[in-house]
Amino acid sequence: MQEASIHASKLGVIKEDLQVLEDLSFVIRKGTLTGLIGPSGSGKTTLMRSIVGVQKITAGSLEVLGEPAGSAVLRKRIGYVTQNVAIYDDLTIEQNLRYFARLVGAKRTQVTEIIEQIQLTEQRKRLARNLSGGQRARLSLAVALLGDPDLLVLDEPTVGLDPLLRQELWKLFASLAKKGKTLLISSHVMDEAERCDALLLLRDGKLLWNGPRQQLLERTRETSVEGAFISMVKQGKKK
Amino acid sequence: MMYHLRATVATMYRILRQLSHDPRTIALIFIVPCVLMALLRWLFDENDRLFNQIAPALLGVFPFVIMFIITSITTLRERTTGTMERLMAMPIGKLDLIFGYMLAFGLLAIVQALLASTLVLYVFNIDVMGPHWFLIVMALVDSLLGAALGLFVSAFARTEFQAVQFMPAFVLPQVLIGGLFLPLSQMPDLLEKIAYFLPLTYAIDALNAVTKNADISGDAWRDLSVVIAFTVGALLLGAATLRRKTR
Repeated sequence: MQEASIHASKLGVIKEDLQVLEDLSFVIRKGTLTGLIGPSGSGKTTLMRSIVGVQKITAGSLEVLGEPAGSAVLRKRIGYVTQNVAIYDDLTIEQNLRYFARLVGAKRTQVTEIIEQIQLTEQRKRLARNLSGGQRARLSLAVALLGDPDLLVLDEPTVGLDPLLRQELWKLFASLAKKGKTLLISSHVMDEAERCDALLLLRDGKLLWNGPRQQLLERTRETSVEGAFISMVKQGKKK
Repeated sequence: MMYHLRATVATMYRILRQLSHDPRTIALIFIVPCVLMALLRWLFDENDRLFNQIAPALLGVFPFVIMFIITSITTLRERTTGTMERLMAMPIGKLDLIFGYMLAFGLLAIVQALLASTLVLYVFNIDVMGPHWFLIVMALVDSLLGAALGLFVSAFARTEFQAVQFMPAFVLPQVLIGGLFLPLSQMPDLLEKIAYFLPLTYAIDALNAVTKNADISGDAWRDLSVVIAFTVGALLLGAATLRRKTR
């Protein structure tokens, strides 16, 4: 049995009297690529913010890499990509990455490597303001890769990207998982779930499923995650 | 310790880099106080005595106002674009961020204070009895005070429109009752008492004192320390408004 990277137990979050997350219990193992799948408004971002430690938790417990979520020591070990692209528009690609690299203590050579990885070498001297939406999203992703964090929490990193590039990125994610990194990637596009080892299905702040993707398909006798999602919702209603 | 220093310097460097892509803003920071001073000199063309009376105080007021606006907008932008949330999830202390900001704007403030003071002291040749360096230091500390207050109040603005409105709301009252238009002793009692709670009052008092007296009086030193204390206080309050975790 591999060690757990994230361990949630009866986790709950209430925001402005609204129960955004309710009674979530799950384990995400080290070195896996887990998809956090659910329609918009299901609580995906709140769950991710809780894991990276910027969201106040109102019930239950959440352990990340063996520490309570939000511990200062974790900030070095987690790479986080917010849903909105969080970069400095008035800096170039290179300047953006150099700043964040200094904060996490990454080497300068890693900045060059990462720019290559996200295929922005030619544009590295351009201001972020002048980049396309997809290029900006890649830059935001690149920031999270700096300093080789053990856990990557990526909030819809592939939205609006060119299909070819999306495929490249999923290959990159898979290779990172193979190297022992843990990845949690959210998406509201069900077909992206097909690329994940394990899934968390979230709807209205409650977990419909947590576990290997293959097992979900077997359990529901469906061929796609979308079908399985619908079947899980219906099953829940019957109960 | 080393890592706090590294994060602070990196942040300062980053902010200066951002500004370097916006030369117009830098030019405005440096030139606007000088232009305003020149305008005033022109306005009081026939009245040297009056210009001499108000120019030193304004040497503190103009940079204060400009730095207040610039800092509040810059930090607000950091909060609204999501980079603040990203930083709060990264290994950087809240004070590292704040000090980084103050260092970057402090460097700009030094240049700004030197330019405006040089113009007033050596081009317009106003009569200053006390040491010139004290006047320049006071102008510098005032712009740092403006930056620190701007950083603090940006926490209470949701939009850039609101942040800009904080200028007339927080800054103008201090200018109006700080002793610039009317000496404190001639103001209604209650207003005078209120004025003593506002930092700009002390800045204006110090600048006037150094103009009229050959020595730096105890009062002038007290004024300087009060302005520095307000600056540090605003910075600590500003750090307290940064939240790693939100509801």
